Amino acid sequence: MSSSDIVLKEVRLADSEVVDVEIRGGIISAISTKITSDLPTLDGRGVLLLPGLVDLHTHLREPGKESSETVLSGSQAAVKGGYTAVSAMANTTPVADTAGVVEQVARLGAKAGLCDVFPIGAVTVGLLGEQLAELSAMADSAAGVRIFSDDGRCVSDPLLMRRALEYVKSFNGVIAQHAQDPILTAGAQMNEGAVSSRLGLQGWPAIAEESIIARDILLANYVQSRLHICHLTTKGGVEIVRWAKSQGMAVTAEVTPHHLLLTEDLAEGYDPIYKVNPPLRTQEDVEALREGLADGTIDIVATDHAPHPAEDKDCEWNSAAFGMTGLETAFSVVNTVMVQSGKMDWETLVERMSAKPAEIGGYKDHGRIAVGSLANLILVDPTKQWKVDRSKMLSRSYNTPFHDLTFTGEVLHTFYRGVHVMRDGQLTGLKHE
Amino acid sequence: MITSGHLLSINDLTRDGAFEVLDTARELSRITDGAIKKLPTLRGRTVVNLFFEDSTRTRLSFEAAAKRLSADVINFSAKGSSVSKGESLKDTAQTLEAMGAELVIVRHGSSGAAARLAQSGWIKSHVVNAGDGMHEHPTQALLDAYTIREHFPEHDRDFTGLRIGIVGDILHSRVARSNALLLTSLGAQVVLIAPPTLIPIGVSSWPVEISYDLDAEIESLDAIMMLRVQSERMNDAFFPSEREYARGYGLGAERVNAMKERAIIMHPGPMNRGLEISASSADSERSVILEQVSNGVLVRMAVLYLLMGGTAIPTEGVLV
Amino acid sequence: MSVVLDQSEIDRSLKRIAHEIIERNHGLDSVILLGIPTRGVTLAQRIGSFLAQIDTQVPVGSLDITMYRDDLRLRPPRPLVPTQIPAEGLEGKNLVLVDDVLFSGRTIRAALDAIGELGRPKTVQLAVLIDRGHRELPIRADYVGKNIPTNARESVRVQLREIDSLDQVEVTL
Repeated sequence: MSSSDIVLKEVRLADSEVVDVEIRGGIISAISTKITSDLPTLDGRGVLLLPGLVDLHTHLREPGKESSETVLSGSQAAVKGGYTAVSAMANTTPVADTAGVVEQVARLGAKAGLCDVFPIGAVTVGLLGEQLAELSAMADSAAGVRIFSDDGRCVSDPLLMRRALEYVKSFNGVIAQHAQDPILTAGAQMNEGAVSSRLGLQGWPAIAEESIIARDILLANYVQSRLHICHLTTKGGVEIVRWAKSQGMAVTAEVTPHHLLLTEDLAEGYDPIYKVNPPLRTQEDVEALREGLADGTIDIVATDHAPHPAEDKDCEWNSAAFGMTGLETAFSVVNTVMVQSGKMDWETLVERMSAKPAEIGGYKDHGRIAVGSLANLILVDPTKQWKVDRSKMLSRSYNTPFHDLTFTGEVLHTFYRGVHVMRDGQLTGLKHE
Repeated sequence: MITSGHLLSINDLTRDGAFEVLDTARELSRITDGAIKKLPTLRGRTVVNLFFEDSTRTRLSFEAAAKRLSADVINFSAKGSSVSKGESLKDTAQTLEAMGAELVIVRHGSSGAAARLAQSGWIKSHVVNAGDGMHEHPTQALLDAYTIREHFPEHDRDFTGLRIGIVGDILHSRVARSNALLLTSLGAQVVLIAPPTLIPIGVSSWPVEISYDLDAEIESLDAIMMLRVQSERMNDAFFPSEREYARGYGLGAERVNAMKERAIIMHPGPMNRGLEISASSADSERSVILEQVSNGVLVRMAVLYLLMGGTAIPTEGVLV
Repeated sequence: MSVVLDQSEIDRSLKRIAHEIIERNHGLDSVILLGIPTRGVTLAQRIGSFLAQIDTQVPVGSLDITMYRDDLRLRPPRPLVPTQIPAEGLEGKNLVLVDDVLFSGRTIRAALDAIGELGRPKTVQLAVLIDRGHRELPIRADYVGKNIPTNARESVRVQLREIDSLDQVEVTL
């Protein structure tokens, strides 16, 4: 696709300034209060212009589980949700633990051509937690991997975790830890507490997450490496990260949209649409996560977009897969929960959903609006109300927990490298497979 | 009346609804006490026993109940069936409904499996939970309440003043959950007695007392319910050894002697004689364990009758 | 709404039925009465006391036919009420079933099924306060308080003072 040279007229930026923005040759070529040009224009009155969103935690399922999602369908969902970069988690089949697999994923992303797809490499071979994968080879590959994660599984062996943290220092990599003590959570199904006890579902104690977070923060600090904590879900976890930051330790943390809104009580009807790893927690945890995201203890929002085929959710709770889709709803959920409620302003939303994730991942072409940078941009209507309809999702899977809920704020346009890939909520040149 | 059309949890029953089941069971006991062994009530209607876990006694009890009401019974056990080849709960249930099942009695290792069957739109049948994972086993609680009531006629309409101990693996027990809900709703005081490792987190929100000391409680109990201890709990380090468990929480002769004069001994079965209950306690005069078994059939007849009356699944043809 | 029987008429009907029972059975030697709950039991007790006044006491019991109905699918389940069979049993007896209203005949069919399970009486006879017609089965009453031709949509409401604090039978649409 070629660049859609265009002038966005009278758009409001996150800092409330109203400007005209010219996109030419895929680049933001001018930003000014008034641009006179012969290019086609888009009336930006009433909408916000933000840098394209960046997700550091996306399950695209390809290779291996193309019935749930492909790099292409996941890219489409990303564009729909306002993402111009996603990070493909390593738990595919085969596992992305070699240069070959991460390069394949990167190639599929480039072929889809709708947003940047940055592969995440596995920390250990086969995600088995026994032996380090070839981290340097993946870093040096064409995919240029910088984030490594065994997500879905915890790197629970403390010595292996220490080695991984040390090893990635040579190429400024970061380990994204899925913090879950596997022994404390054997067979676990939902947050441990009064609700799990009443429902008879095996409990997943908060401390199983918090103890790993605490351990890894200490380990990372000891070896002076970078640690990123995936999907924080508990109040205790927020407090540990807050303490670490107060000590100047190099830790970053993410939270998912679903953990910012939903609670364990949803398990009450045993509908596995609410089964997710890590599990939904209590209202008290939700409040702490919101507060942590607002004050910067939690650095970023990541979707943990986890598509699953219908049969993996249309069954009894214990047999169901963990996970929820999230790319197409993340912006609206965060806007509703954090911005519309007054907890966060627009600039902070940009920081948490675009600038900071781009910085953590080293994604240089994302996270800012500046003359000369690639035009990875979105236009959003911040006040439009819309109701989620799972049947209209572009993801191949329908396992959204937000079906039928109404949110405020919708992504209307997405520009990827200057290409107008979504116009008025419709993907342009939508490819059918 | 069980208004939801299902019996998934004791929460599906109001206090009055529970007494209605118990009253119906009692009347069925009178009717079937004499010459009548079989009632024509559910003639021509099909009930399925859908058992994903082995439980011969529960299955037989439901089967006896259905047959005494003249229902046709289809038994389905997961072992050796297509389920072991990966067929889903949904497909199995839909297949059985297509064969004419109007009521599904389900036993499943996954908590909430009965609720999923009843509430996911997979099938239209009535669903009775015959034990789901660690969640509930409502007919067991009903038969236990029935048994207690027969022994304490002065509490016929109100269990207030009765103190009932449930001893053992509360954490994994669906029987304990259903009984805690039902017996307290009928007015009884329930005390859960177990080592702390076998008491669920968050139990403080339950309307029960907790004790780690059986000897401190034994003299105050009107009924004691001993739960089966699975040997794998020991391997999972919930307690150090069978001997230590039996010493702390087993019901032996000495503890039986300390019980109130009219106090009764209950066990949902199958028993581990010598572990949670000694042979002499199980066979003592206080033991009502066999009564529980007979009462189980009556209570299950009552549940089937109350669920299947008047709420036939609409069919194309004319109702006969 | 119209009242078709008042208190004195109900009394007179039941007394007449008592006489007819004695006449038909040549005495009361092996007669027992079984009322069908709820109001049939009250009526059986009243007939029983007339029999005692006229001749001698006979055993009176009750028979709940709920579990024998063939229309369980069509109506909500009813709470069961006690069945009390007199100690003598039914074997060889002249059993008089008593009910308030005879309509389709299905209640009586269910009662006959129940009796079949309980024993083998020598005869089974049927006494009803009201026969309103519209039979769906080949069943008739041996003793009728009053025949009341009705429209199928009308309903017949029997009230007895033991239960409803007045004696009266009315027909309403």
